[in-house]
Amino acid sequence: MAAKPMDWIAIDQDPRFQALHAKKSRFLWGLMILSIVYYFALPIGAAYFTDVFKIKLWGPINVGLVFALSEFIVAWGIAWVYARRANTEFDTMAAEINRAASSIGGTK
Amino acid sequence: MIARGKTALAALLLAAGPAIAADTSAVSDKFKWLTFLVFGAIIGLTMYVTYLAAKRVKSASQFYAAGRSVSGIQNGWAIAGDYLSAASFLGIAGLISLYGYDGFMYSVGWLVAYITVLLVIAEPCRNIGKYTLGDILAFRNNPKSAKTVAAISTITVSIFYLTAQMVGGGVLVKTLVGIDYEISVIVVGVLMLAYVLFGGMVATTWVQIIKAVLLVAASILLVAFTWAPYGFSLPGFLQAAVDSVNIQGQVTKLLGDAAKNMSAQELGQRFLEPGLYLKNPIDQISLGMALVLGTAGMPHILMRFFTVPTAKDARVSVIWAMGIIGGFYVLTLFLGLGSAINVGQAEITRIDKGGNMAGPLLAQFLGGGAESMLGNLFLAFVAAVAFATIVAVVAGLVLASASAMSHDIYVGVVKGEHATQEEEVRAARISSIIVGILAIIIGILAKGQNVAHLVALAFAVAASSNLPCVLLTLYWRRCNTGGIVAGMIVGGLSAIALVLVSPNMTYPVMVKAAQAKIIAGADEKLIALNSDLGAATDPAAQDKIKTAIAALEKTRTTAQDTVAKLGDATTSIVGLDKPLFELKNPGLISIPLGFLAVIIGSLLYRDKRADDMWDELYVRQNTGINAEGATAH
Repeated sequence: MAAKPMDWIAIDQDPRFQALHAKKSRFLWGLMILSIVYYFALPIGAAYFTDVFKIKLWGPINVGLVFALSEFIVAWGIAWVYARRANTEFDTMAAEINRAASSIGGTK
Repeated sequence: MIARGKTALAALLLAAGPAIAADTSAVSDKFKWLTFLVFGAIIGLTMYVTYLAAKRVKSASQFYAAGRSVSGIQNGWAIAGDYLSAASFLGIAGLISLYGYDGFMYSVGWLVAYITVLLVIAEPCRNIGKYTLGDILAFRNNPKSAKTVAAISTITVSIFYLTAQMVGGGVLVKTLVGIDYEISVIVVGVLMLAYVLFGGMVATTWVQIIKAVLLVAASILLVAFTWAPYGFSLPGFLQAAVDSVNIQGQVTKLLGDAAKNMSAQELGQRFLEPGLYLKNPIDQISLGMALVLGTAGMPHILMRFFTVPTAKDARVSVIWAMGIIGGFYVLTLFLGLGSAINVGQAEITRIDKGGNMAGPLLAQFLGGGAESMLGNLFLAFVAAVAFATIVAVVAGLVLASASAMSHDIYVGVVKGEHATQEEEVRAARISSIIVGILAIIIGILAKGQNVAHLVALAFAVAASSNLPCVLLTLYWRRCNTGGIVAGMIVGGLSAIALVLVSPNMTYPVMVKAAQAKIIAGADEKLIALNSDLGAATDPAAQDKIKTAIAALEKTRTTAQDTVAKLGDATTSIVGLDKPLFELKNPGLISIPLGFLAVIIGSLLYRDKRADDMWDELYVRQNTGINAEGATAH
């Protein structure tokens, strides 16, 4: 496929791209930090808050098991939240920039 | 060509016949034919898929990226098939069966790793990449330098991972069906080579999909059978684990003196609490970092995102992969505990010390036990899935390293990007043969070596070299060629160097001291037992003491053998008496070093191209403008 020549600097500075960049960056890095903090809470909790992990909640099910299972739920939840936002918002914004791309700043 | 491949394979399988050894394999001789039947069916199916794929694979885009025509859902299954190695299929179920909660906790990081892939890696890489890690790094950096370091890193990471898979695969097939180790390695190698060589990424993708579907189907079936007796109640099932005599006995064994004042219920409950296996939290955090950042830097995983038509499909594929991989790890909790309850740790460790046979033995039990037809059919099915698992993972790894050799080094660096489609596909096939043969040779040479730490090392190297380079070239304006080269070298070498001086290596002096202690302890107990034996009059008591003596003598002989094997060696392979670095996983140190090297290297180096190309890269990775499209076939 022959790549179309584009004025990349102009697209980068276009308000529509800047809006996409700002929204995406804040959202993505926020989710990334949340997932890392939640993940490392598990081994740290197991090592330093062992007594809390041993508290029984429902029959033999203890805090530790619920926490470990919640790691799966949280990981899937983050994936779902991201996919929903990307499918509706980011894809539409990117498609809009994509459509207008060759006219932004005039082709070189 | 396909026909010739099949004949060679048939010859190999025939050759395997007389070599079957009767020692501790999980399948009894009477039912070996059943295992071969199921193996044959799966091999036949994958060969047929390869035959169909071979007709399509004519261009470089077909060979490396399946023409970018794999759908998001298909790619999700293929990622799961590429990622769930025998270590996660058999190893984690085994850890849960032997150590309970800690085994389950260990599995979490392998799923969380995909968050990084989903959020910051998959879509940008699809948008700006072509076939390899080298293509991503060459976008704004000096192409020849970037491709050279990327290819070296790809091949290094893949070979570490590959070695662990080949050795693990050889041992696994030997344990399951009793085929000689060397023949197992050759069969795995030849099959994988047939897929990659004839069918390229198209066949590799389908082999991975078939394997993932079989793996998930087998796991769901086994869990359904395991869980049904408890009315699918989670507390009911876990209570059965707490009540299990096997589990209580295992906890007593693991805790030693600390178990003396605990009731049976307390012992069982202890299995569902942390601390029986993972003792060093810093080491766990270090491994966690390597997983969470390393998965996104694994060349064979990155490569999968070039097979889908758009960035949106890349996103869909990670979502599916996360569902499949996470669901699978939740199922392993049931497989591991179910095996502990029903089969028992004594039987699991009798066949394999590391617990790898927990899943297969559970299958045999659920089908009716070692003497039943159905039990052995179940076992044969799980064994065949394990075999397909190894072949699928190895095929992905070989394809990734072959692509680095042919696309990055040969076409990119040697030929300066001037190669025709035919030349490139031929180079890719020749590279596949080289890597495939290398994998077989390494697999055979590494027989009997402890290679488990190589998987963790592969992730640590990927997390310390590939990931910082990819992440910073995608998101940091100032990143340039100087940073990429420095990051690859410093990150990769520091991870390897730290492992070489870590407790993973064998330190003869320390091993000998530990074994001497065991021997002395056994001697002391033997004297005491022998005097007890003299005093005991009751035949039942005498038998009990005799069994204890036999067990102690065995421990003593094993310790003596271990010392004898070390010979006169006094230092580890890098000449150390004791580890210089206390962590088994180097990530905690090597990952920050890798990032630091990219940053410092970039700041010290001037690179106009990297600066000029930033706007184009950043716009394209976010919008997919001018992304490589799907090819018609």
